[in-house]
Amino acid sequence: MTSLQTDGRVADGRLLTVEDLRTTFATERGPVCAVDGVSLTLDRGQALGIVGESGSGKTVLSRSIMGLLPSTARREGNIWFGDQDLLGPNAPDMSRLWGREMSMVFQNPMVSLNPVMRIGEQIAEPLRIHLGMSRRDAKATAIRLLRDVRIPEPDRRVDQYPHELSGGMRQRVMIAIALACGPTLLFADEPTTALDVTVQAQILELIAEQRAERNMSVVLVTHDLGVVAGHTDVIAVMYGGRLVEIAPTKVLFSQMRMPYTEALLQSIPRLDQKSHTRLNAIPGRPPDLHDPPRGCAFAPRCAFVRDRCREEAPPLATAENPDHKFACWYPVGSPEYHETKERISAGLEIGSTS
Amino acid sequence: MSDTINRRLGPLFWIAVGWLVLISLLALLAPWLPIKDPDAYYLVRGERPPYAPSATHWFGTDQDARDMFARTIFGARVSLVIGFVAIAFGMLVGGTTGVVAGYLRGRTDRIVSFVFIVFLSFPSLVLAILITALLDRGLVTIALTLGVLAVAPVGRLARATTLSFAEREFVTAARAIGAGDRRIIIRELLPNVVIPMGALALLGMAVAIVAEGGLAFLGLSVEKGPTWGKLILIGAGSRELEKSPWIAFGPIIILFITVLSLNYAGDRVRSYFDVREIGL
Amino acid sequence: MSDAPHLRPDIDAVLRVRDLVVEFPMKRGRRVHAVSGISFDVARGETLGIVGESGCGKSTTGRAIMQMPRPTSGSIEFESTELTALGKRELREARTRVQMIFQDPISSLNPRRRVRDSVLDPLDIWNRGTVEERATRVDKTLEEVGIDPQRAHDSRPHEFSGGQCQRIAIARALVLDPTLIICDEPVSALDVSVQAQVLNLLEDLKAAHGLTMIFIAHDLAVVKNISDRVAVMYLGRLCEIADPDRLYDRPAHPYTRVLLDSVPVPDPSLGRATTAITGEPPSPISPPTGCRFHPRCPAVDERCRVEVPEMTEIEPGHHVACHHPLVTPVTISS
Repeated sequence: MTSLQTDGRVADGRLLTVEDLRTTFATERGPVCAVDGVSLTLDRGQALGIVGESGSGKTVLSRSIMGLLPSTARREGNIWFGDQDLLGPNAPDMSRLWGREMSMVFQNPMVSLNPVMRIGEQIAEPLRIHLGMSRRDAKATAIRLLRDVRIPEPDRRVDQYPHELSGGMRQRVMIAIALACGPTLLFADEPTTALDVTVQAQILELIAEQRAERNMSVVLVTHDLGVVAGHTDVIAVMYGGRLVEIAPTKVLFSQMRMPYTEALLQSIPRLDQKSHTRLNAIPGRPPDLHDPPRGCAFAPRCAFVRDRCREEAPPLATAENPDHKFACWYPVGSPEYHETKERISAGLEIGSTS
Repeated sequence: MSDTINRRLGPLFWIAVGWLVLISLLALLAPWLPIKDPDAYYLVRGERPPYAPSATHWFGTDQDARDMFARTIFGARVSLVIGFVAIAFGMLVGGTTGVVAGYLRGRTDRIVSFVFIVFLSFPSLVLAILITALLDRGLVTIALTLGVLAVAPVGRLARATTLSFAEREFVTAARAIGAGDRRIIIRELLPNVVIPMGALALLGMAVAIVAEGGLAFLGLSVEKGPTWGKLILIGAGSRELEKSPWIAFGPIIILFITVLSLNYAGDRVRSYFDVREIGL
Repeated sequence: MSDAPHLRPDIDAVLRVRDLVVEFPMKRGRRVHAVSGISFDVARGETLGIVGESGCGKSTTGRAIMQMPRPTSGSIEFESTELTALGKRELREARTRVQMIFQDPISSLNPRRRVRDSVLDPLDIWNRGTVEERATRVDKTLEEVGIDPQRAHDSRPHEFSGGQCQRIAIARALVLDPTLIICDEPVSALDVSVQAQVLNLLEDLKAAHGLTMIFIAHDLAVVKNISDRVAVMYLGRLCEIADPDRLYDRPAHPYTRVLLDSVPVPDPSLGRATTAITGEPPSPISPPTGCRFHPRCPAVDERCRVEVPEMTEIEPGHHVACHHPLVTPVTISS
């Protein structure tokens, strides 16, 4: 196993604190705020799931924290990694952190690996750059990493090229590269979306194993609520660039407050439903970030919307569980919510616009 | 909608287009414009030509006292026609063959591709010399010679573009609703292929015009009348160039601006439509 | 001709597929065995779901039915017409009654044409009705799928969202009033909150127009929701076929069991989805002998390596091709 603990690393406890992060892109059609004031924390060894659809800002959020953004992007706020503010005046050079302290596994392993470089060399790269390993040591470590990620015949595979491996194996290689220097924080950006469901299960299990073994924090970005249900400790729900609900996983599913979260869960077909169950589809579609709505981002589609929702964007409020925050004026369980619900079931009126 | 278009193509694009329209109009209407006779000798008693640019001769005159401005405008007639005809021929023959080959694939494609490669491997200069030596040096011959040379590169691009579009699902969908091959090529593929080809056409015209200049340097350009290539050749070769730079510089500048406009416009068209595709 | 107890010769079937084989030649004499002999039928008004992972041949099956490309061998009988025997012209005509919806909605529409023209196309090609009648029909169909006809008149695909483009594609498929619609992963490329809209729309349209559907997808929950009958494919062969509730509650094929176990369920109290499968999916270029699943099957024995299992009925309406169909849970192999 890699034993690469060095100076300044957080051994336990709070690893990451994001305060009011805002990411804006300069585009031809004007500035676009892809992440609008997101705050969250992450402890060592914890797994955070960031869930959302297209335009929710979930991918931009993870890349904003890592700092992997194009030059047209501007970030505001604070990102505390250990005791360093990544956005402050004494921010460290991110290239020293990437691959070493924090790394990322990307969505499409077909295009994220260099097609003309051998697998072993690609895994060895971070080892040689950050840890100054010799070529021979790096290769031996690469073989060991391939074994860790359960690739059969690692000594043979280490000299192969990406196109000789299947999709699932390529994703394992990406994980090996990400884990090479033993980072404390791993971002997995839709790591299984391009894979078959049986392979997906294997990859998620692998990430969970490595997390436990290395006491590593994981940020899992996905649109799949099923994936986060089984593999995260905390879930953050993003919509229209804003954080609309965040809670420990079990709490989120059993006590969700944000009508969007509820509607999302109700609109997904589930294996335990009977065939031909009518799905509760959410009308409309995710907002265009070029022209964000003034009040709550979900108001145009919400069945429980009222005037205030359209005027004012709700701030994050805390639920009974202190780790559970949500942004809604009339959340699930509130008197207004029940009132609207009765009206809907009585078939009288649906307070939504599409 | 027009706002976005303008912003993407840029003001420079429209300036380039404006120039091209202007020079084409001037060339087209040359015989009727109030400019000097390009073949007449405007000798002034007591002064030896070439005459410097002045109010009477905007570009000055050459060593035979012929007005350079008029000669440049009349030269534009030939050069622009050559550029246009050459590319039009290349598009017609090469473009059609390329699209059909790209759509049908199989044996047709293999034969056509082979022919293209043969054409491309042939030293174009040699071909040009051959044709002009064997036939004549008339305007049509020169233009068609360059056209023949354009067939292969244009055809290859047409084929590649068609290939990439033919694999897209909307072509499969068209087949699924019962469209025949002809309808698919004309209605589905061509509107898509035409855009990168249009961009190429503009760039190709620029190449053809400069190629004419090259032919002129070899003494192979059109026999009668001024062309930009010939004007530059004669002017640059003349002993008077040092003292009277305008002899060549007039046509050089006009040629340069025209070719630049064609290149720039072609490039802007290509990136404008590329951006739209990627933005999906 | 192999025995096929899961076929129903007595019903009013819109489609009967028998021993369908689709192979693609590769370099050096090798072949991709995309579909290796499957048979099934689809009753009128039924939705058959075909589910499987990549390389199982489900998409190829869908396209083979459309004869795009023509299958290597086998019979495809559509409403008593043998499609494989049709000439080019007759095939084009037959295609008007079988339509297809593709995975990527935006790329299935011509980016250069206005959306309404794309929907009008089928009517133009087949000269259905007068010009006014065609226009009315197009507008009506667009409204039916939830697209504003006026906007469709002026706009191109890139001005619509993915979900809207898929609706437009559905409209285009509907406009000829087909009997059978083949949906090839129609919701996979859409946002989660939009998937339900399109699924509901397909159900409504099916009821309104008396359509028969084949729904091809890799998402098990989606397939369960929309299908009347589900077929599971693995590496070019049919593993199991049954009605959805029965299939998902009591899967008989080990592969189906593994597939179901791998699906992550949005309910943390149910614990994590475990996988009992080992290894990587083999390639369709040199598929395993005997039962194609045997290298990865926890319940494998000698017979599985050698003998191709036939479809057998294990309960009414539920058929499986396996030498050791199970109801016992699969143990994790090391």
